[in-house]
Amino acid sequence: MKTAQRKLLTVICEAKLERRLTAEIMKLGAHGYTVSEARGQGSRGVRNAAWEASANIRLEVVCESAVAARIAEHLQTRYYDDYAMILFSSDVEVLRPEKF
Amino acid sequence: MLFFLLGLAAGLLRADLKLPTALYETLSIYLLLAIGLKGGVALARHPIVEVLPQAAVAVGVALLIPLFAFAVLHRMGRLPRADAAAIAAHYGSVSVVTFAVGTSYLTRLAVPYEGYMVAFLALLEFPALLLGVVLARRKSQSSPDTGLGNRELLREVFLGKSVFLLIGGLLIGAYAGPDGIKSIAPLFVDPFKGVLALFLLEMGLVAAGRLGDLRRVGVFLLVFALVMPLLGGALGAVTGWAVGLSVGGTALLAILYASASYIAAPAAMRTAVPEANPALSIGASLGVTFPFNLLVGIPLYYWLAVRLHQWGGAS
Repeated sequence: MKTAQRKLLTVICEAKLERRLTAEIMKLGAHGYTVSEARGQGSRGVRNAAWEASANIRLEVVCESAVAARIAEHLQTRYYDDYAMILFSSDVEVLRPEKF
Repeated sequence: MLFFLLGLAAGLLRADLKLPTALYETLSIYLLLAIGLKGGVALARHPIVEVLPQAAVAVGVALLIPLFAFAVLHRMGRLPRADAAAIAAHYGSVSVVTFAVGTSYLTRLAVPYEGYMVAFLALLEFPALLLGVVLARRKSQSSPDTGLGNRELLREVFLGKSVFLLIGGLLIGAYAGPDGIKSIAPLFVDPFKGVLALFLLEMGLVAAGRLGDLRRVGVFLLVFALVMPLLGGALGAVTGWAVGLSVGGTALLAILYASASYIAAPAAMRTAVPEANPALSIGASLGVTFPFNLLVGIPLYYWLAVRLHQWGGAS
């Protein structure tokens, strides 16, 4: 099996941001993304998705490390101060590098 | 009302009860559309020329509420500009559910009211949001690139779920008229109260979850959240009486002025004034003012409307 290295960038943030974030990460060079609904607790309290103002999403992007770095920096400068958001990246192996 | 308390109790006692988020959204969409439709049918029966001056006065006077709230919060409460503006926007805007509970309260007492009050509801929803953003941005220290473009802001305010559905419902209702609505009445008219009860159960659960925020909110905001609806209600009652609404309509305008938004305003403020802390504004509007209006406010505003009409006679 021949695989290639890519970054998996995971962002967990307020559901409110979904439309803006997805548009922005595509502009920053991602080739696709996956969004799922999420619940949890962090420094901004319990976000239990009981209603829309406390709903979270989990946004995942597989991309090249340069793109991942660009997205991470963009999100940090633009959203970290004002929104509930965490972000982490990990190394993943993919089978079809041309897709990512 | 009892459903709201049941939800509140379930939340506080940590009962094993959680309504799915999708249900919350479905119910709120249903309520907005149903209220809009009903208002549209009523609006179709009134010449628009009669309603317009009243609506203009009601909207104009309503702008005093966020201005006053902002001054109190920013000057006296020493809240940061963004927080004060966001809370002011919540209180200046209106709560659809409080309005709906108000109409069913009046219906139960068999008090007639102007059906086109729903148009006021839609019109009162967004001016305060825009004003809140202006207040927050004036002398704003935030760097320009974190702020949103005006186009996105307008989209958020006017194409937000609540304004969009209310106005859409109004237009459809006005166009279709009472006969056209008949075919969908079994869904949108008859079960309205049951759906409202279910929604209140959900709101009780959500409100119970926000009570924790209150500890962080502080005494000042707590007092504000109780006094502001009383002032707003009084202003609304006087305005309604002055523009010649019936007792029922006066009571409803008082309820509108007293209520604080928690659907449109949080969504708009989160986008337009992200630096404001949503725990403060939502905690105050949903944790304090909404239950207060539901349990104490609505009967009080109705009583006020009755008294005003007794003293002042028909204006």
